[in-house]
Amino acid sequence: MAKESGLSRVVHEAVEAVSIPVLATIVGMIVGTVFILIAGKSPIQAYTAFAQAVAGSPRAFGETLVSTIPLIFTGLAVSLAFRSGLFNIGVEGQYLVAQIAAVVVGYAVKMPEGLSPGLAGLFHVTLALLAGTAAGAFWASIAGLLKAFRGVHEVINSIMLNYVALFLGSWLLNAYLKGSSGQGSSQPVQATAALTQGLIEGSRLHTGLWIALVAAFVVWIILWKTPSGYEIRAVGLSPGAAEYAGISVGRNIVLAMALSGALSGLAGAVQTLGVNRRFFETTAFVGYGFDGIAVALVGRNHPLGVILAALLFGALERGGPQMQAAAGVPKAVIYIVQGTVIFFVAAEGIWRFLRNRKVKTEVKTA
Amino acid sequence: MTWAIITVLVTATLRAATPLLLAALGGIFSERSGVVNIALEGIMLVGAFAAVWVSFVTNSALLGMLGGMAAGIAYASLHAVASIKYKANQTVSGVALNLAAAGLTEFMLNKVWGQAGGTPSVAKMPDLFGLNLFVYLAFILAFAAHYALWKTSWGLRLRAVGEHPLAADTVGVNVAKMRYWGVLLSGAFAGLAGASLSIGLLSRFVHGMTAGKGFIALAAVIFGKWNPLGAIAATLLFGVSESLGTIFQTLGITAIPYQFFSMTPYVLTMLALAGFVGRSTPPAASGLPYEKAH
Repeated sequence: MAKESGLSRVVHEAVEAVSIPVLATIVGMIVGTVFILIAGKSPIQAYTAFAQAVAGSPRAFGETLVSTIPLIFTGLAVSLAFRSGLFNIGVEGQYLVAQIAAVVVGYAVKMPEGLSPGLAGLFHVTLALLAGTAAGAFWASIAGLLKAFRGVHEVINSIMLNYVALFLGSWLLNAYLKGSSGQGSSQPVQATAALTQGLIEGSRLHTGLWIALVAAFVVWIILWKTPSGYEIRAVGLSPGAAEYAGISVGRNIVLAMALSGALSGLAGAVQTLGVNRRFFETTAFVGYGFDGIAVALVGRNHPLGVILAALLFGALERGGPQMQAAAGVPKAVIYIVQGTVIFFVAAEGIWRFLRNRKVKTEVKTA
Repeated sequence: MTWAIITVLVTATLRAATPLLLAALGGIFSERSGVVNIALEGIMLVGAFAAVWVSFVTNSALLGMLGGMAAGIAYASLHAVASIKYKANQTVSGVALNLAAAGLTEFMLNKVWGQAGGTPSVAKMPDLFGLNLFVYLAFILAFAAHYALWKTSWGLRLRAVGEHPLAADTVGVNVAKMRYWGVLLSGAFAGLAGASLSIGLLSRFVHGMTAGKGFIALAAVIFGKWNPLGAIAATLLFGVSESLGTIFQTLGITAIPYQFFSMTPYVLTMLALAGFVGRSTPPAASGLPYEKAH
């Protein structure tokens, strides 16, 4: 093969990177269309309703971004762990404990009297975000430490920790945090701890969007522009080689898991301060953590890809219920589409298989 | 009085343990063959739905049960093909199938009965001495699974491909075939586990009715050290914990919050894995695709 120039190599790599996620998304849409037809509805009507809900008006687009924000964080969390060779399936639980921490600080901590409203808000929001981030990092570190020092696979422990967090949240809420306004949710955070909404008028779009974009940039800097990031990626690519080069595998596993958990924690804290403003009774997981796995995979574990994939999944989440209301298509179709996309990204061997077969037949016919 | 309480507790424990045990047996077959199956939850849900659907159409609970198993096998075959043939990341494939199962069952619920939430009542499996037939079936199958895994050459081959596929391959064991056995059996058992919920404990399908039981079963696989008899002990322990929690909650006893009982299986499993409560070590090749050398 002729030596490729720098630019064409970059283009070639980029095409390679996006082709599988794009193909998987197309398969997902085809499967979605089939199910819309099975439901006896018109795909055109369904997709029109979907598009209307997602980007039909500035307000609608604002709401799509509201759904996108937590997915950027959880997608970054999963992808950072993936880069170090870890599978953080525990984002769901880390998100949950962070919400509790953010609500406690947002409700219980009082800002000093003399402070100007702007400063009080800045301090209080920062404090609550830090609390959530720390809680998420702590929860993930349990799995990280057990992996590094006891050799336990992080997937099992993070699944277990998800459920422990679920019941912990339910207990803390019922025992200590119950609001007076009724059952099923905590006291609301104070006004100073709330992120400002209305970036797009009429929508709930809040300043968490900027935090998410900054987080994506910071993750990129950490992974590709710092020695720590280099070590994390080295451990992910080949733990044996990294160890041989003098990089401590255990230390980097703990670090990567903690950073990943910190991002999951930010997801929970930002969602709490920006949208929910309180902690709701949890009987099941909200799913941002599991969607984060999909976002990371579709986004190819790159911060920029994660932002785009989060937008895709945010749109699916926003458009699904609206499609049900406007076109009568069960919103369950959206889960099927999501599952299909993840499945076909995961089973990327299928694409390699199809491509190789095509190459083989071309060789034969030549 | 004490006797009555003990009876209630024992019955509740056996009821709670049954779906967990069935699903855990499925998990054992899959993991012993070297394929991680966190899709147990989704397969259970699909099985629970299919069992009700078939029972509704045929008015036979027995056919419903078989339908649940068949659906479980069919759904697990997706995981099998992705993990064995296409060497997919097994955890990711499991996540995808769990997500799609929630969507698929909700969609079909809507399609078949035109309603969300749950189905009408259908024929369910009968009781025997106050316990559902599924309870007996689960324990009988656990002993059968133990026999199959440790007393037959088939079981030896299945375990061999999960511990050291290359060695097994070298002596002529078909690694892919044994792994298909493992994953498809896990589908049959998890489908049965789902049926035990929908046409054993209840007589209808309720949206999202597995509610994390597939993951508790996964915990039982580990806590029971990938061993059917161990799984019996683990699911009974988890069953006691669950029924105590329910009893405390129903009676309004707050000395120990019921959430602590719900947490117990997960905390115990973590402790077991870390080696604090009897060390659990997974099959050596569990989760790793096998690339046959040419």
